[in-house]
Amino acid sequence: MRYVDEYRDAEKARALAAKIAALCEPGRHYKFMEVCGGHTHTIYKHGLEDYLPESISLVHGPGCPVCVIPMGRVDDAIALAEQPNVIMTSFGDMMRVPGGRGSFFDSSAAGTDIRMVYSPLDSLKIARQNPDKHVIFMAIGFETTAPSTAMTVLRAAAEGIENFSIFCNHVTIIPAIKAILESPDLRLDGFIGPGHVSTVIGCRPYEFIASEYGKPLVTAGFEPLDILQSVYMLLEQLAQGRCEVENQYSRVVPWDGNTVALRAVGEVMELRPYFEWRGLGFISHSALKVRERYAAFDSERHFELPGVRVADPKACQCGEVLKGVLKPWECKVFGTACTPETPIGTCMVSSEGACAAYYNFGRFSRQRVREATEVHQIGVHQRQADAHQIGASQA
Amino acid sequence: MCLGIPGEVIEILPDQPDLAKVDVSGVKRAINIGLLTDDPPVPGDWILIHVGFALSKIDEQEAKAAMDFLIGIGQAYEEEIAALLESRIDEET
Repeated sequence: MRYVDEYRDAEKARALAAKIAALCEPGRHYKFMEVCGGHTHTIYKHGLEDYLPESISLVHGPGCPVCVIPMGRVDDAIALAEQPNVIMTSFGDMMRVPGGRGSFFDSSAAGTDIRMVYSPLDSLKIARQNPDKHVIFMAIGFETTAPSTAMTVLRAAAEGIENFSIFCNHVTIIPAIKAILESPDLRLDGFIGPGHVSTVIGCRPYEFIASEYGKPLVTAGFEPLDILQSVYMLLEQLAQGRCEVENQYSRVVPWDGNTVALRAVGEVMELRPYFEWRGLGFISHSALKVRERYAAFDSERHFELPGVRVADPKACQCGEVLKGVLKPWECKVFGTACTPETPIGTCMVSSEGACAAYYNFGRFSRQRVREATEVHQIGVHQRQADAHQIGASQA
Repeated sequence: MCLGIPGEVIEILPDQPDLAKVDVSGVKRAINIGLLTDDPPVPGDWILIHVGFALSKIDEQEAKAAMDFLIGIGQAYEEEIAALLESRIDEET
């Protein structure tokens, strides 16, 4: 494991941290949300919070695509896999996500044909190889993966493949950010915008966050210095009384996104009226479904789905973690009943989930160190008090 | 799944122009470049690969940074690379 001091750009990070500290208004507390699971990883891996002044908190958002899939959709996917002559295909991340009736792994052990794929194009290949079977691709992810699914459907249509469909669970990031902005639980000062999603959608869709909600957003890269730089840019905006969308990751993210990718998604998919997110509930226009003209490639039109809503386990606090209200270790079951080996909630399943990231890197954040110090100090005070009493009684 | 993997374009497949042979950490795989038709990559270019599709062109320095990030996160990266190695999107059957 690499520790903060071993980090290769530690000097640059410290210099940036000093500039950040200089920008902080005395007495003010700042809360910035990083929306993307990749950023959460970088923050925990490199202990970035330890570089920041105490007055800055980074809270983790809903940007882990596996984490937000509700249990009922997992059950629906398993029901699809149980249909005769069906091969279900899925990204590896999805295999251990628990539904109300178990996970893909459980279903596979019980006899269904569920295969892991790297790309939806691999699913299409399986369809070509198995003309007597119907092959379903479990399509999940934000705008980063939706174009790949859309391109695969276009390819299937061009080739006239008739035994392939997608179970579309693609979600869109903007309505989730809006839901968080309207949540009464959390007061934020700004956002660290997602990197790869923005490669596709660009920076324009975030402008309402600045104009309507008065919060700055800086799209950031995945290196530790990128995250620190974006925190600096957010603070600079606040200090100067500005509120804008800025692009720290312009070396990869074009302001207008990838228009070819957006066209492909628009051709194949359209917005659903509403969709359930794990932990966040139903959010209007927050997910994609297959358009009527590509109905032949839509699993939901091929098969009858149970469509039953399943409540999250009572002990699970993924919802609060996804909204940034709780830190992973503040969840009642974190690291005890819920671990990456036996996950209760999705945040612990996906390697991009905040809980798994925190669990795997086992970093003592400043918060935990502070708590530990407080416990230690209480202990010291108690011992001093005890010693005093003993001394008094001896006297 | 959400990770972007950097790779260097070796050649555009002559019989399938939407596919490129790409070197990812020394392993060569076919990657779909259909999302980059506005600015098609040529051999020697670096791309960020996402579930079998090139999502953007990047420079070599960014490719190195992206690879450092992936190696740093450990297990998730190993799983992603293992999945990529299993992928054979250029073989028709």
